[in-house]
Amino acid sequence: MIALHYYLILSAVVFAIGVVGVLIRRNLIVILMSIELMLNAVNLTFIAFSRYLGSTDGQVAVFFVMAVAAAEAVIGLAIIISVYRHRQSLDPQEMQLLKW
Amino acid sequence: MIVDLAIITLKAVLVVGMVLNLAGVLGWIERKGSALIQDRIGANRASIFGFAGMGLVNTLIADPLKFLFKEDFIPPTGDRFLHTLAPCMALFPALVTFAVIPFGDVLNIGERSINLQVANLNIGILYVFAMGSLGVYGIVIGAWASNNKFSMLGGVRGSAQMISYEIAMGLSVMGVLMVYGTLELQDIARSQGALIRDLMPSWLRFLSPIVGWLPAWGIFLQPLAFLLFFTAAVAETKRIPFDLPEGESELVAGYHVEYSGGKFLMFFAGEFAEVVTVAGLVTTLFFGGWQVPYLLRDGFHFPWGGTWLLPHVFIVLLQVAAFTVKLIFFCWLQILLRWSVPRFRYDQVMRLGWKMLLPLALLNVVATAVWILAAQ
Amino acid sequence: MDTASLIFYLLATLLVIASLLVVFLRNVVHCALALVSALLLIAVLFVTLQAPMVGVLQVMVYAGAIMVLFLFVIMLLNPAALERQRGLWWGFGAMLALMLAGVLVPLVMTNDLPADPVAATELFGSPEMLAKSLFSDFVLPFEIASVLLLVAIIGAVVLAKREN
Repeated sequence: MIALHYYLILSAVVFAIGVVGVLIRRNLIVILMSIELMLNAVNLTFIAFSRYLGSTDGQVAVFFVMAVAAAEAVIGLAIIISVYRHRQSLDPQEMQLLKW
Repeated sequence: MIVDLAIITLKAVLVVGMVLNLAGVLGWIERKGSALIQDRIGANRASIFGFAGMGLVNTLIADPLKFLFKEDFIPPTGDRFLHTLAPCMALFPALVTFAVIPFGDVLNIGERSINLQVANLNIGILYVFAMGSLGVYGIVIGAWASNNKFSMLGGVRGSAQMISYEIAMGLSVMGVLMVYGTLELQDIARSQGALIRDLMPSWLRFLSPIVGWLPAWGIFLQPLAFLLFFTAAVAETKRIPFDLPEGESELVAGYHVEYSGGKFLMFFAGEFAEVVTVAGLVTTLFFGGWQVPYLLRDGFHFPWGGTWLLPHVFIVLLQVAAFTVKLIFFCWLQILLRWSVPRFRYDQVMRLGWKMLLPLALLNVVATAVWILAAQ
Repeated sequence: MDTASLIFYLLATLLVIASLLVVFLRNVVHCALALVSALLLIAVLFVTLQAPMVGVLQVMVYAGAIMVLFLFVIMLLNPAALERQRGLWWGFGAMLALMLAGVLVPLVMTNDLPADPVAATELFGSPEMLAKSLFSDFVLPFEIASVLLLVAIIGAVVLAKREN
């Protein structure tokens, strides 16, 4: 039987990869995709705990995380579209108007 | 353990084989059937030693050979990997969706009972919708990888149409799920064996002589849902009258214009496999699946009291045959629909999906809920 | 090593490879497809963890709708012109990943975690259980989630409209 640790380690690794994606990529859409990857790693943790502790609360939490992630992806993409229309670029390095 | 695995593998191979073979035969029925409808002869030139078999040799042997031997052309500015991946992504959901459709009741051999359904999932019909939503990828990626404006137009139209009608499909099925109270397709098929007079509430018993002798099929309990589901499913699989994404006369074959040879055959086979899957779903949800009216586990039990007992294997064979007959009927119906009805314009397609099917499906759900509460 | 462990290790390896591909591929469409495969792998992991309902929701909602939306936006914004990646800091990224994993992994290796799953009833993770929970204990978040989705739809339409 697979101990719970392995699922948590897998989840932590995928989360770390997602964080790296947010930090080093210079394309807004890929950054958003890395955020989705992080959310999914967390979902995996929820489901693993829900199974090993025997309670359905984890699955309900994943349900809500999915709904919120959907809403966030939609709004994020709409923002990216309007930013692209103004700046003609998806590089976060070029959006530094508010920097001192 | 090994025997269980062998049985499951056999069922899976049987189902995939049947779907693919039926897809091929449907190609032939389409060509000859359309020829009959349009008062012409159809393909009859290819022959082996003078035997042309009404176009069978042409469609089932010559055409696939031609497709397989064509040059595999990948647009030089397109994406090589995605161009090859897209037909696989289009064919895969079409084939695996049939795994949850039951083609018979339980078969008892010795002490082993085999459920005649490849995968008995407790989420049943949600699996079908999940695979349906994966079907969009074949279109989107296929259009993108061709690097061609016509492909792109066809692909965007096709995927927008598919995701719009997924919603209508899901909502129209909800009424059926509420009536039968389960998501599993085998249970839905089984519950359609009851007679309507056993399901009627007491204040409707006076209707019992008129409709009580009918089996409790989905078409009698949810007629509106049948119409909505059939329309949405035909639109989802992008068959005529909803095939503007492939628009043969407008868009030069739309999203699969840059595909030739084996890849086009995969798109083509995927489309026919989807026709078979839609027919299977309609049969299971609305027409009793493998149920023969009045046939129970041990024989016929007619509503006027007579019985006719039959051996078990014979009953199972009868039920599988009934399922196959209904499947072929609905495949034929979709082909007939293709060659009789003109194609919708794209804004009409979108209007139908969002402004007509969706509110009607919601209305159906509310009406079913009210009816179920009133019947208690 | 029994089949369950074998399947888990296979899925875990593929998932890590898929997430690496998401972060490190140059072509945005390829990244999106790698993310789709990662999502499908996670859905399979959900099913192995006795959560078939959530697994199929993952395929329907995440892989089937959200990622299609991503692909639409990518194609709308025509990434052929946007692929100049001036120096991805590969080494820096790898170091960051190792540091973060190095912090998180010992954190989860505590000893008071159950090593074996609690024996599951047949209904665990089925639609009935999830629905019972959602509509009795969590009915308020459920309704609020529907309002949230409505707000998201309206917001997206308003934000993405062209001003003519």
